[in-house]
This record gives sequence, structure tokens and C-alpha cells, in this order.
Amino acid sequence: METLGHLAHGFSVAFSPINLIWCLVGTTLGTAIGVLPGLGPALTIALLLPITYQVAPEASFILFAGIYYGAMYGGSTTSILLNTPGESATIVTALEGNRMARSGRGGAALATSAIGSFVAGTLGTIGVAFLAPIVVKFALAFGPAEYFSLMVLAFITVSAVLGSSSVRGLTSLFVGFVVGMIGVDLQTGQPRFTFGMSELLDGVDVIVVAVGLFAVGETLYMASRRYAGKDDIVPLKGSLYMTAAEWSRSWRPWLRGALIGFPIGAMPAGGAEIPTFLSYAIEKKLSRHKEEFGTVGAIEGVAGPEAANNASAAGVLVPMLTLGLPTSATAAIMLSAFQSYGINPGPLLLTTQADLVWGLIASLFIANVILVVLNLPLIGLWVRLLKIPAPQLYAGILVFATVGTYGISQSPIDLVILYLLGAAGFLMRRFDFPTAPVIIGMILGPLAETQFRRAMTISNGDWTVFYKHPLSLTLLTLAFIGLVGPHIWAYIEHRRMRGPEHVPGDA
Amino acid sequence: MSTSDQPAPPRLAVPELLIGVGLLACAGAVAWQTLAIPVSPLYSKVGPTVFPYITMTGMVILSLLLIIAALRGGWQPEDEKETPTDWKAMGIAALGLIANLVLIQPLGFTAASVIMFVLICHGFGSRRPLRDVLLGLILALAAYFGFARALGVNIGAGFIENQLNAIVDSVVAMLRG
Repeated sequence: METLGHLAHGFSVAFSPINLIWCLVGTTLGTAIGVLPGLGPALTIALLLPITYQVAPEASFILFAGIYYGAMYGGSTTSILLNTPGESATIVTALEGNRMARSGRGGAALATSAIGSFVAGTLGTIGVAFLAPIVVKFALAFGPAEYFSLMVLAFITVSAVLGSSSVRGLTSLFVGFVVGMIGVDLQTGQPRFTFGMSELLDGVDVIVVAVGLFAVGETLYMASRRYAGKDDIVPLKGSLYMTAAEWSRSWRPWLRGALIGFPIGAMPAGGAEIPTFLSYAIEKKLSRHKEEFGTVGAIEGVAGPEAANNASAAGVLVPMLTLGLPTSATAAIMLSAFQSYGINPGPLLLTTQADLVWGLIASLFIANVILVVLNLPLIGLWVRLLKIPAPQLYAGILVFATVGTYGISQSPIDLVILYLLGAAGFLMRRFDFPTAPVIIGMILGPLAETQFRRAMTISNGDWTVFYKHPLSLTLLTLAFIGLVGPHIWAYIEHRRMRGPEHVPGDA
Repeated sequence: MSTSDQPAPPRLAVPELLIGVGLLACAGAVAWQTLAIPVSPLYSKVGPTVFPYITMTGMVILSLLLIIAALRGGWQPEDEKETPTDWKAMGIAALGLIANLVLIQPLGFTAASVIMFVLICHGFGSRRPLRDVLLGLILALAAYFGFARALGVNIGAGFIENQLNAIVDSVVAMLRG
């Protein structure tokens, strides 16, 4: 039980007064930005990246993790009361949660989602603590070729398998690659994609990209959509205390949601969409109150997906901490925070940075406790945030966005790049291109290139290393199946559906 | 799905086509910039150009797939197509961004931010400019002091910031006695 010893040490780090304050600040801020539409954890953590120059790594990661978890809790409040999912992962929560709120059971919906998030978040964090050392043992056997193939698999899953279109997802990813390559190539010292501008030699800061895509792009999109229908805030009704019947209908979905969410989040695929939809489908099938689904709102349909969402958010930390493999935009930005400290997440992180990793995991347990307190008794406070009118909200977001961007180097060039990326973000939002793969591509692309070149150097320029190593071949095969499989499947389905039309004499 | 619904003949989707062509142009720019990278023979096997070329190839393939999708009628969901774009609101918001870019150096962060704040609020339909000026000023100062002083980020200071910094410094000095 080595892990328990590490955890005990982690708690001694996390329970220091200053780290507790960081945890409290992070969870409060996280809940607030989760509640507010238009602000997400990725954007917030990006804006706060300069803090890495000021405080110890433990402190900033406890802050970031608090924001990351808090946004999940806050996002569900918005989904339930406003029907506008604050986060993509809480789309499913809005399905039943908003219906419950409309039929006067908003209190129970908020309670089951907060307590379910707590249960699943705690289970997920336990999962991180015990799974991470196991993954590390496995990962130590990885050479550069295996790492590269693993990253290819992650690229395919985050951009092509998730989301509505693999072509558009991959397009976003490749745009991210290009942005990531701008600047001096670290291995040869050659400038790349700088268009002769010295300002671009240092590369494009991830802050600028995140702020451009998530803040500027989002604001322009919302401005252009003023004719679209607006959702009303449903006033909070119903007791926050769940009845015995509601408890008994909630606890199994919580556990099932956690069991679905954590493993999927921990895979190098990531994404909370699949586990939440899966959990919703399962709860709908198993529920004894099927008639409530899609009508007055079924509590199982809130409890399960919320739990799955939080457990998968915890699961995402496993590949991030043990392999240095971020599978969400937020994780990618956290990875760049590691880089800013000169720390390389990977198998050695758990031993070389034991204080940081175990302190972080311990602080996640504390964050869950704080969050359940913040989100149930203090819920009225957060509901008030929803009343901030859109004009001032988006204008305010842009003021902070400008501070974050202009503060990097006080160069108007950064603002020009910011607005260009904002225009791109608007087009992506308007034409249904996912934005997270851009961030992942820009952070993970250069790391993949490093591993690729390392593998090629070791093999003396022999391309076959990537498929002669069995593990690497397996990962690449999985990636290939992920890319091509769904299309073949759709084609077969299509043929089968069309079948009867081709019966001779039908015409 | 009944057998009666014949698929409507695909119509060329112009916006989607432009996106596909735009991506192809980006791939062209990537190719141009990659050719500009000097390659030392030492690194000829896996030099700094291998990944750019892979990326460029991927972009060309993807842009062709996007163009094909556009020729087949595009991929916009119906509700996106039916909602008219509010160009005026977007234009005013964009104007706010440009004003910020142009004014941040001559006027300093706070003044430029307030102007941007008011313009974006106006774009989003707020019709109380005086209240917005006040709100923008409070937010900009909060952002400025939150970042510049707490996070130690250096943000362009203009007239307002210099006056306030002087006041803050003198208060701090007074408190320290």
C-alpha cells in the first residue's frame, strides 16, 4: 500500500494553510466561471498562466485543479436552470435537469448533481491515486516510437472519433499543429513559419490561442447570433434536500456514472461527451420511471451523467500526469503550465515531483468537499451570477482577455494575432469545427514531433521502427481503426438501410 | 425514412466552399514557409521540415475533403442556416476590438479597455452608455490591478494608471510609516 503512504504525504502538503487558500480560491473561481456562460476552465487557466512565474508549482496546480473541478460543478447549475450548457460535457445534464427545473424540481436536480459530482469526483480521484502508479510502471517501458504512436492515437481520438465530423476535427488539429510549429525549432535552431517576423521567433503563446478561440471567437459568435432564441432562467424551486425516494433513485446512477466515466476519461482518448451520453442511455434503459424521461425530467438522467462527467474529468488527469498526454483543452493548458516550470510530465513525474503530484491529488479530495459545500448551501449566490446581462458579461470577458494577452509582452502584435485567431474561432464556431483539438494540437504536436525525431534518430532514419515494435504497431492500428472504423460502419449501415430499395421490381 | 423521399439534388454551399479553399491556401502558405527553412545536411534524415511536410499533406487532403463536402451541399445544421447573422452587432463588437488595438499604446490599458467595453456592450444591444462607461472603468481597473500588481504582469500604463499607481504607492508608503 505504497499509494496510501504517498497520499498521506500529499495531504500534509495540501493541508498547509496557504495551499488550502489556493484550493478555496480555485474552487470558488471555478464554480463562478462554470456557471457563467462563455467562460470555461481552459480560458480561465490560460489567463492565469502568468501566476506560474510568481508562486510554487504546488500552489498553482492546486489552484488550477480547483478551477478544473469547480467548473464541472458550476456548469451543471447553468445547464439545469438555464438550459444553456455552460460546458460541452454538461449538455446531457441539461436534457433532464432543465425539465426537472421547469416542473418545479430544480432543487432536487441541483442536489443530485452536486452530490453525484462529489461521489464520482471522489471515486475518480481515488482512481487517479491508485491507477497512476500502475500506468507509470507500464509507461517506463515506452520508447520514443511508442510515445509517438500513443500520441497519434490520442490525436485521432480527440479530433476524429469524438465530435460530429472527423474531417472537421482533424482540420482543427492540423491548424493546431501549424500554430505549434511557429517559432524556433528547438533541435536545430531554425526559425519556422515566422514569415520573417522576429516577434514570432518565440512562438505563439498558448494564452493568445486560448483567449482568441474561446473569448474573442465566442464573443463575436454571440454578437452575430442575437436573432437566435434566448433561454430564460428557470427560478429555483423545490427543496435542496432530496427525499428518500430521490436518494434511492440517485445512488445507483452515481456509482454507475463514476464507473463509466473514469475509465473512459483515463484512456488516451479523453472527452466527457461519450461517458455522459453513455450514462444517460444506460440510465434511461434501466430506469423504472421511463415516462419521466423527456417529459417532467427524470432524476436518474441528471445523477448518472453528472457523475460520469466528474469521474471522467478526474480520469483525464491519469494520462496527463503519467504520460504527459493531455486529452482535453484544459489538460493541454495545464501541461503548458508544467512546461513553464520546466517540469516534463511523464512516468518520472510521480517520483521526481512527489510533493507536487500527491499534493495535487490530495487537494482534489479537499476540493470536492469544498465544492459540495459551495454548490449546495450557497447555490443562491451562483444563481445570481446567471443574471449578469450578456452585453456586460461578454464585454467584461474581453477586458480580462486583453489584460491576459497584452500582459505577455506588451506588444500590439500579440493583439493582432489574438484578433486573427478570434476571427478563426468565430468561423469555427459558426461552421461547427471543434476548438479543443487546436489547443491539443498546438501543445502536443511539438511533443509528438520531438518523439518522432528521437525515434528516427535512434533507428538511424529507419521508418520501420513505428511498426516493428509490437506495442507501437498496436497503438497505430488502434488509431487507424479509430479513424476508418466509424466510416466503414456507417457505410455498412447505410447499405443495409438502403437494401430493400434495390429489390428488383420495386420501381 | 420512407422510399418516397428522393434526396434533393446537392447544392453548392458557398461559405463552406470558401472555408475549404481557405484551408487549401493555408496549406500553400505552410508549403511556402517550409521551403524557406534552411536544412543542414546533418539533419537531412529527420530535419525540421519533415513534420511541416506531413502537416501540409494532411491539410491538403482535409481541404479537398471539405471542398467535396461543400460541393455536396455543405454541413451547416439547419438552425444555423436559418438564423440570420447580425452583421451590425458583430461589426460594432469588432470595431471595439480594433479600437482597443489602436488605442492601447497611446492611451494606456484602462482607457482603451473602457472604449472597447462600451462598444461591445453597444453591439450586444445595451443602450445605457454612461452606466457601461462606469462598469467598464471598474472592471478595467480591477483587471489592471489584479494582473499588474498581484500577478506581476507588466501592462501598458497610461495616464489613469500612472496617477493611480502613484496614489497606491503613496498610500503603501504612508502605511509603512
